[in-house]
Amino acid sequence: MGMTMTQKILAAHAGLDVVCAGQLINAKLDVVLGNDITTPVAVNEFRKAGFNKVFDKDRVAIVLDHFVPNKDIKAAEQSKTCREFACEHCVSHFYDVGKMGIEHALLPEQGVVCAGDCIIGADSHTCTYGALGAFSTGVGSTDMAAGMATGMSWFKVPSAIKFNLTGKLPKNCSGKDVILTIIGKIGVDGALYKSMEFCGEGVGNLSMDDRFCICNMAIEAGAKNGIFPVDEYTMEYMRGRTEREPVIYEADEDAEYEQVIDINLCEITPTVSCPHLPENTKNADELSDIKIDQVVIGSCTNGRMEDMETAYRVLKGKKVADGVRCIIIPATMQIYRECIEKGYVTAFIDAGAVVSTPTCGPCLGGYMGILAKGEKCIATTNRNFVGRMGHVESEVYLASPATAAASALKGYIVAYKED
Amino acid sequence: MNTQGKVFKYGDNVDTDVIIPARYLNTPDAQELALHCMEDIDTEFVKNVKAGDIMVAGWNFGCGSSREHAPLVIKTCKTGCVIAKSFARIFYRNAINIGLPILECSEACDEINAGDEVSVDFDTGIILNKTTGREYKAQPFPEFIQNIIKKGGLLASIGGADNE
Repeated sequence: MGMTMTQKILAAHAGLDVVCAGQLINAKLDVVLGNDITTPVAVNEFRKAGFNKVFDKDRVAIVLDHFVPNKDIKAAEQSKTCREFACEHCVSHFYDVGKMGIEHALLPEQGVVCAGDCIIGADSHTCTYGALGAFSTGVGSTDMAAGMATGMSWFKVPSAIKFNLTGKLPKNCSGKDVILTIIGKIGVDGALYKSMEFCGEGVGNLSMDDRFCICNMAIEAGAKNGIFPVDEYTMEYMRGRTEREPVIYEADEDAEYEQVIDINLCEITPTVSCPHLPENTKNADELSDIKIDQVVIGSCTNGRMEDMETAYRVLKGKKVADGVRCIIIPATMQIYRECIEKGYVTAFIDAGAVVSTPTCGPCLGGYMGILAKGEKCIATTNRNFVGRMGHVESEVYLASPATAAASALKGYIVAYKED
Repeated sequence: MNTQGKVFKYGDNVDTDVIIPARYLNTPDAQELALHCMEDIDTEFVKNVKAGDIMVAGWNFGCGSSREHAPLVIKTCKTGCVIAKSFARIFYRNAINIGLPILECSEACDEINAGDEVSVDFDTGIILNKTTGREYKAQPFPEFIQNIIKKGGLLASIGGADNE
């Protein structure tokens, strides 16, 4: 029996010819990642277990992105723990303020992750790198510590759901609408423990930023990983970013899938996830009675250059509705700089929005846009759980950058329609 | 290995943001974090939980963020174990890695009520509801996981060999 793309990558990293779903393996890791929330816990475990060096200083990445520039004294202490550990172990991919970006936008941009890699990260959205054709999954701090020490991690080989993509997205839709539609269809545990493998001729009609966004939210369906095949867009994206040689894996023709789901991209509509679960999806046009207090455009899901371009296209020359706070957060310093150079930041400010340096901040209710009791926010982020962005009685609606920006102009939820 | 205590009952999709809200994640200190365990859906939990007590929930317990702080605060509150219909995968892995016993048993989760007195035997997977007298059988941990827990967590289980 053949293997899925994920199974092939895992087999290669475990030094095995064949693996099958359910098998327990010990696999070699190409990259181990942590952030300013999860790394301090990992550092503590690493030290407690008596380790004194990391397996490879060039294969550990530590990104300060959740609460930086530090939101308070305690956050500053956590950053300091990360900084000292990175310095002590000469970690080459350590990203501090000035260099940092939101980890899952930053690592692909900087070429730290590459096609064919086996990656763990102490952040649930580590599944993002599947867009490059890598196996990449979120773990906890203890796994991160063990991974940093040994360069190995145990996995249960996942079964897979195949998503056969056809057609091309309508103009006002993006990868976010695709993944929200899928989560609405299969539910927040619809892919529990499984791979979500995306394939079909529709893949070639999705940009890399769309693919990053789709893989990013695989975890919101409970998946272990999301993954796209490597094509010319992937190769072009990686060119000049990484010195490592990409390794291309393809699923066998007779690979076994637990389920095959056909998605016609032409039929995707602007989609919004209503509180308090990402699976509570509705068509954006059905939600015009939802008045909003805040808009957030950013995060590891939608803070990339294409997302900024979309926000610019919608907001330029217009005004954010009275009573709405619109917060735009480019995900990396490179994107931030490009937004300045292209005049997007000026256009955002003229529209009445505020533009922040990269941070995860509001997405997880950390800072930079916390909601008060009863407030509603439409956000391009990835979770709308109870209390996720602030008060337990506040509400988060998840949407694409186009829908979020269009809603900012109206003051209520609306799909973007080009003038 | 076993535990016995009173049941705290929750529904489906209990996410890591309600187990430990991110606004408190500016410290890695388990004792400090544990003061806010379950706060956003059950403000009484921290006040009432006693050593050995048991959480019983529905599908997909621990979904969302990879924060290990979530199983850690449940363990730090001295909860004896979590029984759910299913667990989100990162939470499942983290719970084992830090030594919080968890069991999957759909029938038990449907029938056990809040406040029931329940005992759990981890070696056999037997869950006994002492209030109703009903007994359930969950799948006990496979051997390699028992080994991680016996050695006191993942790092202790790999640390010995690598540090000698």
